[in-house]
Amino acid sequence: MNATSSHDTGPRAVLSARGLRRDFSGFVAVRDVDLDVRHGMVHALIGPNGAGKTTVFNLLTKFLQPTAGSITLDGHDITRATPAKVAQMGVVRSFQISATFPHLTVLDNVRVALQRPNGLASQFWRSLSVLDRLTPRAEELLRMVGLDDARHGLAADLSYGRKRVLEIATTLALDPKVLLLDEPMAGMGHEDVGTISKLVKSIAADRAVLMVEHNLSVVADIADWVTVLQRGEIIAAGDYETVSKDANVREAYMGSEHA
Amino acid sequence: MAVTPANATTSRASRIEAALLALGIIVLVALPFFIYPIFVMKMMCFALFACAFNLLLGYTGLLSFGHAAFFGGAAYFTAHAVKEWGVGPEIGILIGVIGAAVLGVIIGFFAIRRQGIYFAMITLALSQMFFFFCVQADFTGGEDGIQGVPRGNFLGLLDLQDPHAMYYFVMANFLLGLFCVWRIVNSPFGMILRSIRENESRAISLGYSVQNYKLAAFVMSAALAGLAGAVKALVFQFATLTDVAWQMSGEVILMTLLGGIGTLVGPIFGAGFVVALQNMLATSAFPVTIATGLIFMICVLVFRRGVVGEIYAWLERRNTGNR
Repeated sequence: MNATSSHDTGPRAVLSARGLRRDFSGFVAVRDVDLDVRHGMVHALIGPNGAGKTTVFNLLTKFLQPTAGSITLDGHDITRATPAKVAQMGVVRSFQISATFPHLTVLDNVRVALQRPNGLASQFWRSLSVLDRLTPRAEELLRMVGLDDARHGLAADLSYGRKRVLEIATTLALDPKVLLLDEPMAGMGHEDVGTISKLVKSIAADRAVLMVEHNLSVVADIADWVTVLQRGEIIAAGDYETVSKDANVREAYMGSEHA
Repeated sequence: MAVTPANATTSRASRIEAALLALGIIVLVALPFFIYPIFVMKMMCFALFACAFNLLLGYTGLLSFGHAAFFGGAAYFTAHAVKEWGVGPEIGILIGVIGAAVLGVIIGFFAIRRQGIYFAMITLALSQMFFFFCVQADFTGGEDGIQGVPRGNFLGLLDLQDPHAMYYFVMANFLLGLFCVWRIVNSPFGMILRSIRENESRAISLGYSVQNYKLAAFVMSAALAGLAGAVKALVFQFATLTDVAWQMSGEVILMTLLGGIGTLVGPIFGAGFVVALQNMLATSAFPVTIATGLIFMICVLVFRRGVVGEIYAWLERRNTGNR
């Protein structure tokens, strides 16, 4: 793959942003961001604190409206869509803090996600037992991520690492085209990081993954493409090898004396 | 592991609720032969009101401070329809419920745009506007309210002037309302409401248009509160400003918190307790508001889950301890 151009070669871009910009009353949090999240690839978004990574996430998933620029999903313009609509179209995100439904069981966490695509979300006149038909699929997803032993416990009682895993299982329940993971390994022990890395890599086999991550060894390990953000702007993009040698990136990460 | 702990507690809690329900129905059927029927009917009206309110607070996580508008509003609509248009009680109640649902759409539409305390304030503001509308409007009779509302004949057959006939008519409405709450809570839709209560942004990111779900829950809660108010208007044969005043919105919060939010039985207990207390203190010199205020403070300090909520928690703890 050509690492120096803006990577218009390679697998098809599922989610694309062009000229993305967001102002917060005079302060420009994100400017001129071009991104292509490609099918079958893990795309890492890195950068120092306050670089605007989470803002980019919020813009792509429409939790924030961009001030300028456009976002397309499979060629359809989704710049003005609502967050729920974008999720329905197959762009599903996780959050920096773990996002489970704490007082639902692990199994119900996944089943809640399955309800919408299966058209079982708004029936207020039917018994809960109609959801039983979602159980096999939910259990299959839990088995895939190694949570099947905990399925009847509350999500709140899971360890931090397993909560993040549950989140991924819940996200996968929607069979998304694009997964956006906001710091999936943050605050996690060594073993958990290994497990989740493998999981993320395997997920990306037949969908696109965009991931914000601070742990650079994880990025080196699993990212096929890296975009580096600093003060809201892209300062480098390419595979990890290229990006890690980039003078701007080294400066951003280590300070000018090392540049 | 044959039965997992969470399963055991859930099914235990639902078994207890089922047993309580069966016992409750038997008691309800027998009660008018021992206690003044009007008193029990009043309890049932408030219990249903509290359960409708709990559908929103306990299962969706929305604290409305304007539910009096639906309760009292439906009382006015039903009283007016029955007295002035001469419709039967069943049509009158239906008109009250639909009226409350329409009010629910209007108030809910504006309120669900905000969260937490702002949601509560908007519901309060809009219900106060409705209160002043009721003070000014002609059909409500202003300070006098609508008096002398006829109970009529149910389906033209059953004369509801008869206290026992009226009692069972109210009981049927009460059980119907409770069944609706139970059905909604334990439905696929109820599951989504719970997920919104648990983590709203996560529900959005799973593709749920949470505003629509919140509005639907709000309207259902309003309609059921309306059912309670409509029935109350027929029981007491009047509709007055008391039922639309903000104090009524506060009272239903008190009843629900006292009994235990997020439980089916809790609000019924809370409503029964508050109504009984008011009844006891009505003849004494001791001010009711001080008594309820004190009880509310004790409840918040000692049993934060509400009386029924604490009992469930205790059963669960004991259950875990024995395992």
